[in-house]
Amino acid sequence: MFAPAEALAPMVPRPFRVAARWPETRGVVTLALEPVDGPPLGFAPGQFTMLYAFGVGEVPISISGRQDGQVLQTIREVGAVTRALCAAEPGEVLGARGPFGSDWALHAAQGRDVVVVAGGLGVAPLRPAIRGLVADRERYGRISVLVGARSPDDLLFLDELRALADDPGLHVATTVDHAEPAWEGPVGVVPELIPDAPFDPSTAIALVCGPEVMMRFTAEALLDRGVPAERILVSMERNMKCAIGHCGHCQFGPEFICRDGPIFPYERIRRLIAVREV
Amino acid sequence: MESTSLEQLLAEYEFFGALGPADLALIAGCGRNEHFDAGGFLFRQGQQADRFYLVRAGRVALEIEAPGRGSLVIDTVETGGIVGISWIFPPYRWQFDARASEPVRAVGFDAACLRQKADDDPRLGYELMKSFAGVMAQRMQSARVRLLDLYSDVRTG
Amino acid sequence: MGGEAVPGVGGRLLGLDGLEALVRALRDRSYRVIGPTVRDGAIVYDDVASLADLPRGWTDEQDGGTYRLRRRDDEALFGYAVGPHSWKQFLFPPQTLLMRVRRTDNGDLQMRDATTEEEAPRLAFLAARACDLHAVAIQDRVFLQRGAQDPTYATRRENAFIVAVNCGEPAGTCFCVSMGTGPRAEGGFDLALTEVLDGDGHRFVVEVGTEQGAEVLAELPSRQARTADREAADAVVASTAARMGRHMDTDGIKDLLYRNYEHPRWDEVASRCLSCTNCTMVCPTCFCSTVEDATDLTGQYAERSRVWDSCFTLDHSEMGGGHVRSSNRSRYRQWMTHKLATWIDQFDTSGCVGCGRCITWCPVGIDITEELQAIRDTDGG
Repeated sequence: MFAPAEALAPMVPRPFRVAARWPETRGVVTLALEPVDGPPLGFAPGQFTMLYAFGVGEVPISISGRQDGQVLQTIREVGAVTRALCAAEPGEVLGARGPFGSDWALHAAQGRDVVVVAGGLGVAPLRPAIRGLVADRERYGRISVLVGARSPDDLLFLDELRALADDPGLHVATTVDHAEPAWEGPVGVVPELIPDAPFDPSTAIALVCGPEVMMRFTAEALLDRGVPAERILVSMERNMKCAIGHCGHCQFGPEFICRDGPIFPYERIRRLIAVREV
Repeated sequence: MESTSLEQLLAEYEFFGALGPADLALIAGCGRNEHFDAGGFLFRQGQQADRFYLVRAGRVALEIEAPGRGSLVIDTVETGGIVGISWIFPPYRWQFDARASEPVRAVGFDAACLRQKADDDPRLGYELMKSFAGVMAQRMQSARVRLLDLYSDVRTG
Repeated sequence: MGGEAVPGVGGRLLGLDGLEALVRALRDRSYRVIGPTVRDGAIVYDDVASLADLPRGWTDEQDGGTYRLRRRDDEALFGYAVGPHSWKQFLFPPQTLLMRVRRTDNGDLQMRDATTEEEAPRLAFLAARACDLHAVAIQDRVFLQRGAQDPTYATRRENAFIVAVNCGEPAGTCFCVSMGTGPRAEGGFDLALTEVLDGDGHRFVVEVGTEQGAEVLAELPSRQARTADREAADAVVASTAARMGRHMDTDGIKDLLYRNYEHPRWDEVASRCLSCTNCTMVCPTCFCSTVEDATDLTGQYAERSRVWDSCFTLDHSEMGGGHVRSSNRSRYRQWMTHKLATWIDQFDTSGCVGCGRCITWCPVGIDITEELQAIRDTDGG
């Protein structure tokens, strides 16, 4: 696994050029980044980088894929820094530090049924895991991919999702909060897709990512189905400044989300996630 | 009516799972098999809520139409699910349109028939209420979570 | 001859001339000597050129939201506890330039590490107290972690020469004894001094902590400490330990706070707390910082700085357009629970060294020992 090479200057980004830019759904953009020089950025599924927009600032952004030595990062515009990143055109140079954080640990899922549950933008850090599972599917049991979004227009990576849905070896289900009648799929919340997913709760691993409330309800639904809390992995989020466990911003109880997370077994954070304003 | 084969059929669905054979026979007596083409309506908003459905196959969309906004699907009922709650409470009027998203096979139950049987046998009525309360709780929970609009952009500017 | 590092037992003795020689010897070794000095009505840490700069004959009176200097009736050089400063600001400066970035005409970004531009200062800490040495050791665990070392902290820390002073005078807000962090310095120093001022004169019993300390001591006019001197030094420390101003019961403290996230006391203290962040600034272990990126007017040049921050600010927990800890209550709870409980899970030590600064410098006198006791008394809410 790639560790930040510049250990002597952990707060200085490496320059990365935008090789390609794809507008995804409303307010969401994917950038393909290649290093200006030096080796490509290696990462494990679930990790993130701190992306730097010159002079504006840095934010943690999930790595959503890899292609030809480029790293894909999917960004939603919510403030000044992400606005600058989403507006970056091919050829523009950004900075990236990382990768940081714990990963989805696919090796621990080998031989087991895997249930991937993604809500909204949560599908971005899960995509490398999904691609990894599908590419090496003989190592795993039954693979289910359950996706929720606000509306059909907000479904991320729709083409890729359709291709997965057409794959007879996978169980793929998608639901939206509301839709127009042209949408022929389910309307409801993501946990409602769990009962029909084919997995053996006594051995399965669940990978869950989305808004925190969605992850709570999803984890409870998985627990109801018999998946133990230590085999439900969730990806947490908090304000980050340094991403190296020094600035104190990302603390969630005793956990530094940047370093102990962002991916945690639900067992580890179950008590804390129920406390308000922690 | 194909009551006998119907009650065997009902026993296979989780919704009726808690009911014994005698109760299933009673309920089956109010039911019959129905079929809807894709796009066909099971019922329309404002109509008398005189039946409810158990979906045997297919998907039913609950929709509402707002002028200028078009139709909005606010819930779907999958195989094994129940379509129709408003038949239980006065004024027994449908709140939404229910439309088959794809070809739907369902068992339709006559509301008046079932209400009568529930009045005659409060114990059966209680069992039915428990089952429907479960469906309502789950739907309310789902609706409440979606009310939070968790996926939307929170920040502006 | 250098003294052996026999713990708890000083081997040599320095007089005032010896102490003056120590300051000179450190300056001759190109150290910037920083020690206690009176300024603006407080004893702060600043450059010390000679013993004349030290707060000779001063003591401090401290209580919740109260700090006063008072003249002693003797000429002790170290007859006070700790002031608003700690050694934190020298190892982990309030503002550090991290990076310079230049955007070239073709849009390339040249990013340079700014932390290596200047030679790291060689700092000598004069009169570091045991509680503060524990605080430094705690910050070592934060900034010198396996896998992520802070380069600024690391070099300053490595370069630092530390002369500890075992406290002769506790303050009203001290509780190092409760936290097991003093008043005697047990380690983390090059030399440690205990000031003894009695009929036998004004002298300092010296303990050697490192080889470097021994080397410096060897240059100074010292003499062998007699048993009487060592016993006098021990008595000074014992007397200090017996006069602690505050007490904290740390028994089961982590689990106590972990099970009281919803205790009504948090609301109570929040009604008094102003979120002024004083406590986090004076606390010698608080380490929160933020990163500031800014361009100059040309828009072609940018700088990144690390700046002290505090969990009491609203923006500290900003997320997705809102804030995770938007209530004052949650922020006070975060600070205190972190300091006394989650810190233990993070770093295998308490975050509190019992220095009492947060009590003294809180404008409304909130007392962490009192808050902890209040929760303990009504455990479970």
